[in-house]
Amino acid sequence: MLHIYCPHCAEYREEEEFHAAGQAHIVRPLDPDACTDKEWGEYLFFRKNPRGLHHELWVHSAGCRKFFNMTRDTQTYEIKEIYKIGEKPSVVDSSVPQEIASGAAS
Amino acid sequence: MTQQNRLVSGGRIDRSETLTFTYNGKKYQGHKGDTLASAMLANGIDVVARSFKYSRPRGIIASGAEEPNAVLQLGATEATQVPNVRATQQELFDGLVSASTNGWPSVDTDVMSLVGKVGGKMMPPGFYYKTFMFPESLWDTYESMIRKAAGIGRAPKEHDPDTYDAINQHCDVMVVGAGPAGLVAALTAARGGARVIIADEQNEFGGSLLDSSEQLDGKPASEWIRSIVEELSTFDDVLLLPRSTVNGYHDHNFLTIHERCSDHLADIAPVNSVRQRMHRVRAKWVVLATGAHERPLVYANNDVPGCMISGAVSAYINRYGVVPGNELVVMTTNDYGYQAAIDWANAGRTVAAIVDTRTESKGDRAETARQLGLNIITGSAVIDVQGSKRVTGVSIAPLDESGTKVTGSITKLKVDTVATSGGWSPVVHLSCHTGSRPVWDDSVVGFLPGPTIQKQLTAGGINGQYETSVALQEGLDAGLQALTNIGLEAVELVLPRVEQLTMTAPMILFHIPHIKPTSQAPKQFVDYQTDVTAAGIEIACREGFEAIEHVKRYTAMGFGTDQGKLGNINGMAVAAKALNKTIPETGTTVFRPNYTPIAFGAITGRHCGGLFEPERYTAMHKWHVEQGALFEDVGQWKRPWYYPKGNETMQDTLNRECLAVRDSVGILDASTLGKIDIQGKDAREFLGRVYTNAWAKLGVGKCRYGLMAGEDGMIFDDGVTACLAENHFLMTTTTGGAAHVLEWLEIYHQTEWPELEVYFTSVTDHWSTMTISGPNSRKLLEKLTDYDVSKENFAFMDWKAATVAGVPARVFRISFTGELSFEINVQANYGMQVWNAVIEAGKEFNITPYGTETMHVLRAEKGFIIVGQDTDGSVHAYDLGMPWAVSMQKPFSFIGKRGMQREDCVRPDRKQLVGLKTIDPNVVLPEGSQGVFDPKAPIPMPLVGHITSSYWSANLNRSIAMGFVKGGLDKMGEKVFYPLADGRVIEAEICSPVFLDPKGERQHV
Repeated sequence: MLHIYCPHCAEYREEEEFHAAGQAHIVRPLDPDACTDKEWGEYLFFRKNPRGLHHELWVHSAGCRKFFNMTRDTQTYEIKEIYKIGEKPSVVDSSVPQEIASGAAS
Repeated sequence: MTQQNRLVSGGRIDRSETLTFTYNGKKYQGHKGDTLASAMLANGIDVVARSFKYSRPRGIIASGAEEPNAVLQLGATEATQVPNVRATQQELFDGLVSASTNGWPSVDTDVMSLVGKVGGKMMPPGFYYKTFMFPESLWDTYESMIRKAAGIGRAPKEHDPDTYDAINQHCDVMVVGAGPAGLVAALTAARGGARVIIADEQNEFGGSLLDSSEQLDGKPASEWIRSIVEELSTFDDVLLLPRSTVNGYHDHNFLTIHERCSDHLADIAPVNSVRQRMHRVRAKWVVLATGAHERPLVYANNDVPGCMISGAVSAYINRYGVVPGNELVVMTTNDYGYQAAIDWANAGRTVAAIVDTRTESKGDRAETARQLGLNIITGSAVIDVQGSKRVTGVSIAPLDESGTKVTGSITKLKVDTVATSGGWSPVVHLSCHTGSRPVWDDSVVGFLPGPTIQKQLTAGGINGQYETSVALQEGLDAGLQALTNIGLEAVELVLPRVEQLTMTAPMILFHIPHIKPTSQAPKQFVDYQTDVTAAGIEIACREGFEAIEHVKRYTAMGFGTDQGKLGNINGMAVAAKALNKTIPETGTTVFRPNYTPIAFGAITGRHCGGLFEPERYTAMHKWHVEQGALFEDVGQWKRPWYYPKGNETMQDTLNRECLAVRDSVGILDASTLGKIDIQGKDAREFLGRVYTNAWAKLGVGKCRYGLMAGEDGMIFDDGVTACLAENHFLMTTTTGGAAHVLEWLEIYHQTEWPELEVYFTSVTDHWSTMTISGPNSRKLLEKLTDYDVSKENFAFMDWKAATVAGVPARVFRISFTGELSFEINVQANYGMQVWNAVIEAGKEFNITPYGTETMHVLRAEKGFIIVGQDTDGSVHAYDLGMPWAVSMQKPFSFIGKRGMQREDCVRPDRKQLVGLKTIDPNVVLPEGSQGVFDPKAPIPMPLVGHITSSYWSANLNRSIAMGFVKGGLDKMGEKVFYPLADGRVIEAEICSPVFLDPKGERQHV
């Protein structure tokens, strides 16, 4: 069971209070109607499944109900950093394409 | 029955207290301080099990958690049955009832052993699968027979009468294991001011010291243990947990401790006591001082009762005053093995020989053995054992220097006990639980804990350090390191003096050769519990399994309830030899939680029976119960399902309730619908983005139905939202979807559109909602309020703030039945009061309470969907025939818009929701029935869609149904056929799903 720091409550709490909400930094296209089916399909369905660093969206669902981001090692379950929505991760895998980091609006 | 193997003195048992226990229906006696295993050995019980595959008689091998054979069923009554209990870990209590778990008709005379004897050579790994694979249809039959023949225990058929508990704990230092290393680590941390938990699976602290005759500071070890425990007990912040197995080490230093609070007292826990307690610990630092398990050697017929590991022999003698036999032969690859012979001789029984596989030993223990005049045979091994239900003799032969070949003639010795030591395996189990892989160490001849990201320290046997003096020092070092790591000052601690014994290096040997090749030699067991032999592993390697993970799965090695604590390393060694690799090249071994099996009760704790899951009741729940309502679970809510009267069948009730609503007035408790209060200047804009329909022009005082879709365009919720004020809305959701919808709104607000000023609050529990529906509902409401509820003043889809039955209320004129309806919402604390007032006022209209089932029928008569019943996450608004609920003109590309325009979503032959009327109006289609256009089409028939809702409609006096049909919206009047499993084919006609009042006149009065 993970021990998770909520950046809004500023406390470590048990994983039971949180929900994982999937990969972080999936930005909704600004003009969905201009997307091709392929582009929309990629936005909808395609997610990373890395062995190693992963940027994830979590919500303190049984706490403050706020979302935040987490950089987690999917192999060791080590939480490398917690950062708020709108912030960029500071721990990044150099093999991750740059647009992921630059597209880190959410 | 006498305890013929009990010594007259010595050990940690209390001979003044005699306890009676039952094994396989027969009564025996032991003493306080015994384990079930030590008491069985004291009584000379040899056979404790029949083996899993070959039904061979098996005896007790070990003295602790690693025991593979003595896995018994406990329990004096059906309700108190406990399977999977290791006799070596079960403390004896008066009245304990135990039984062996396999063997038919009994462990002593087992018919299946004939199969083992006759078919032994014909039962290679994968035997059952290879033999019983065909025909596949008979596998279920084969399996049940196989399972009956081989099993280890059974679950009770009655409810467990005991209570189980759970507790959350936090500490600075969690010490696992209270042997010499763990005790010193805990005391060091405690003296430094740390908050400490120390847990040990045994009934008393001391670990390996309890089993030995070792002296600390010139005194018996027990005195040193007592002084340490006494000092630890003086600290307020130190929790001592004996009888507590740390059975899981999880991420981020989270550990689970399985404490057996009263398993040692009686069959049922004493009054006001829990049986077991699960501690859930979050520790800043963990010190693993879990020690080591001795490895048995692998030799022919090494499973005959009487074959044990040498450390267990010492433990039974020193701790329990039990010598498990009369004539002993020891086989060892190291100096530790000599100790069993020394202890045996000191207990006054015969040591036939110590067989050392090495050419010589100059160590202190060997010297002691020589001084005792024991017969030491070097450069040799016990290559075979005679006997079936007990060892009667052994064959000893010289080996070559590498231990791979027998080089000389056999000498036979008459003995009844064989103790072997192949060295020690550090108990790395917990360090593996978090994903760390153990690392092979040649000098230790075993796996050590691998690199980890956990805040973990290790000390003593787990590091391959088996000398007490070194273990004590490592415990001190770990304790000091833990103090430093958590920012506390170091402390002084003087370690006791321990005699340092000189040692000769061990020989690296696991598998003792036989004069015959392994494949032809008598069985040499590697894993006793799963009956895996050295020959079996060689076959697996020959058949192409090279990775140890595959060998394990093919042979089942390590898949018993003991997780191969004794066998895994030996098995890897056999595989490595067969593959001509080193052990580390063969792979590594990983252990998973739990360290030892635990009862489901301990996992469940108090979350059983009525506390299994929370139940949510509305404010009017008591009334529904009093009216005899039956309830339906919707999420965690208990909703009235229907209210039967007298001898009514369910259908009678539904007919009565349905007719009452359309004829006069009915009342429904709708409090469970999710309610989300939405405020902020951008609330309206936000609604427009998350609903498929338009919200820009909804005026204050108005309500609107909305459909909610995912980005894929598929509908996942619906409900009515009211505009309470310009910047204030009340959204209702489905009962089951409320939590998900709230999170959905939040995620879009927080991650996509934080610039919108909008706030969401769940107010589901704040309001009680009662829906009065039917032509007399207005007359009823008029009796309860002074407010003008006339058609002119209170139009359909309006809401009004009014006082109802003297209570401030929000009244919504919305309808899910198609009748004139009012939804009265009052602060939940007034719910019951207002409900009673409505019922009282409704008497003159014969007001009829109705439940969810009638609600379902009434809405189906109107073709209204229920999300989750008529939708399944793969249908969009157009599939549902609800284009009116989609506004493609909205400036913002709302959620679902792009999704429902995908190529696949605009196919004309998509399955679409339509009404279906059976040709025979009396037949009700089963929900879930699959439709076909041509019932004579060859199988597999092309399926065109299924029935989602189907009811008998008392109002229409016929059956009605809704369902999906491919391209159904363009097929009005066409036929669909529903072939059922019972052979019937039901014919239905596609129609509008609005079966009643298609113009909606009834709700517009």
